[in-house]
Amino acid sequence: MTPDLMEEGAQRYEKLQTAGVLGRTESGGRTAAYGRIHTPGEVDTTHGRILYLEDVHVSFDGFKAINGLSLDIAPGELRCIIGPNGAGKTTMMDIITGKTRPDSGHVFFGSTIDLLRYREPEIAALGIGRKFQKPTVFEQLSVYENLELALATDKRVRHSMVFRPSGEEKDRLGEVLTTIHLADSAARLAGNLSHGQKQWLEIGMLLMQDPKLLLLDEPVAGMTDEETERTAQLFLSLKGKHSLMVVEHDMSFIRTISEKVTVLCDGSVLAEGTLDEVQADERVIEVYLGR
Amino acid sequence: MTNMTTPPVPASVTLPHAGPLLTRTGWSAFAVALLVVCAVAPLLNLFVPEGSAFHLSDYMVGLLGKIMCYAICALAMDLIWGYTGILSLGHGLFFALGGYVMGMYLMRQIGTDGNYKSELPDFMVFLDWKELPWHWALSDSFIATLLLIVLVPGAVAFVFGYFAFRSRIKGVYFSIITQALTFAALLLFFRNETGLGGNNGFTDFKRILGMPLATQNMRMTLFVLTGLTLLGFFLWARWLVNSKFGRVLQAVRDAESRVMFCGYNPLPYKLTIWTISAVMCGIAGALYVPQVGIINPGEMSTAASIEIAVWAAVGGRATLVGPIIGAFIVNGAKSWLTVTFPEFWLYFLGALFIAVTLWMPQGVVGLVKKIRGARA
Repeated sequence: MTPDLMEEGAQRYEKLQTAGVLGRTESGGRTAAYGRIHTPGEVDTTHGRILYLEDVHVSFDGFKAINGLSLDIAPGELRCIIGPNGAGKTTMMDIITGKTRPDSGHVFFGSTIDLLRYREPEIAALGIGRKFQKPTVFEQLSVYENLELALATDKRVRHSMVFRPSGEEKDRLGEVLTTIHLADSAARLAGNLSHGQKQWLEIGMLLMQDPKLLLLDEPVAGMTDEETERTAQLFLSLKGKHSLMVVEHDMSFIRTISEKVTVLCDGSVLAEGTLDEVQADERVIEVYLGR
Repeated sequence: MTNMTTPPVPASVTLPHAGPLLTRTGWSAFAVALLVVCAVAPLLNLFVPEGSAFHLSDYMVGLLGKIMCYAICALAMDLIWGYTGILSLGHGLFFALGGYVMGMYLMRQIGTDGNYKSELPDFMVFLDWKELPWHWALSDSFIATLLLIVLVPGAVAFVFGYFAFRSRIKGVYFSIITQALTFAALLLFFRNETGLGGNNGFTDFKRILGMPLATQNMRMTLFVLTGLTLLGFFLWARWLVNSKFGRVLQAVRDAESRVMFCGYNPLPYKLTIWTISAVMCGIAGALYVPQVGIINPGEMSTAASIEIAVWAAVGGRATLVGPIIGAFIVNGAKSWLTVTFPEFWLYFLGALFIAVTLWMPQGVVGLVKKIRGARA
């Protein structure tokens, strides 16, 4: 390592230490991994972090959409992200999924996978699933076909031409259809579903990919109270097995599902803690109620 | 998952079955079409005497053979436009490339029977060329010609498609570039220096495989061959769109970013169907040339490529059967109108396109479905 890189690293370490961040991570502030075999492509969460963003900057035509954002998520955690419009929530998801390239900063999936080096399909294949703000399902295909496309399998052309779902995969399809309460609508065109059902189908498509990390952008928007309630239960059941990052405005929904909430504002983290803690935070009240 | 949130999977979540290649009615219609092409048409043309009301004239055989070539193009257009949502306005180029490869072979088959009694094609003698240019090297071999009919349009499409799709060129921009591509090719083929007959192209063909072209039997053979190719391609296209590959294509059409987040790389999918579509057009062109007896750069004109899209739109996109029907309707109307009211043809074509866009966005097939749905 060159001296200036070491210098830079030492400075960053010191900065984090003074900010009190290091002690709070579950790896207890350890800085290096010793004596472990590193398998390429496998998510390494031994440091207690599945997603790690550090000092990310993005600007669009001078507008700083993301401004020094640092955030990390533990394996199995269900993290809610809130923040006023334009806080950079969707841009953050764009960066994680490879849609937008940051100007600077680091984005790691586990300790070893540098997400900035991959493109969208590769990131999806690594195990990051994303639900868009506006439900996007394949409207001209049936519910079943939508799920089948999302199934985690060989996604190359030759394989797709001769693909038939195996018995195991059919079981999985049936299981997810039941989970998202669309078992009776399997043959319906996705375009004919209600808004809430489309949201569910999209979540179902994420589950078919069996991702390690799910990014969910306003998953309960447009849902009835009952559907919201079911979604909350679904998310709680996914917690632990998957890591979830949920961007949502519905506070009662967040209260039902979350233990930890991150507040974004102007492209960086404003506050972090339980919902009650952040709601009591004066800076949060200020950005939400206006200055 | 806990029991509270997910009810245990019921023993019978009925998963829909994959649809058959064709329904029973579909197979019946297919069998009828096969019978007409292979038995009824040859019978009516070759064995029913000329005076009879049931006689199929040579003119009709030529016309139907030509329209079937167009139908193959419409089918190819449906795969790329109807199913994948990529509107190509340059498919005439691939059609012409296949036609030119076949044309070169047919020119060599003339041998020394041309006007100048030379080994070289007439236009080369006229230009005072002493030997065949390099790109005519394989043109005397029929096998090589068959290979090149597939390879030339396929390679051009592959290279062009690779760069266009890799740069994520989409929608109207892609259409414009394909239009520019075929126009550039038109200008290139117009030049005498290109060595492909300039603006006159190739004509005056005499033989294929040593057998004379201008006989009733040869015409019928080409007709049957074209019909079988069309039906074969139809089944293949049907198989393609029924597979998961076909569903990925439709998914690309409806929400490409979602496809990417599902872990698919759309590039190879688009490139595959684009190349398949171009090769189909090339084969159609190769079947067209010996039947029509001429190939010139006019086939690469922008209007010719746009017409292919019109056939697909009139018949009904993303139906496979529709574009074939559309090719027959539009070209049938064209050959009737250009004889009866020659000055009205372009007005009719324009009106047809507007009418289809306004009132029949799903084309003829969509209209039939709608009427059936209303009755049910």
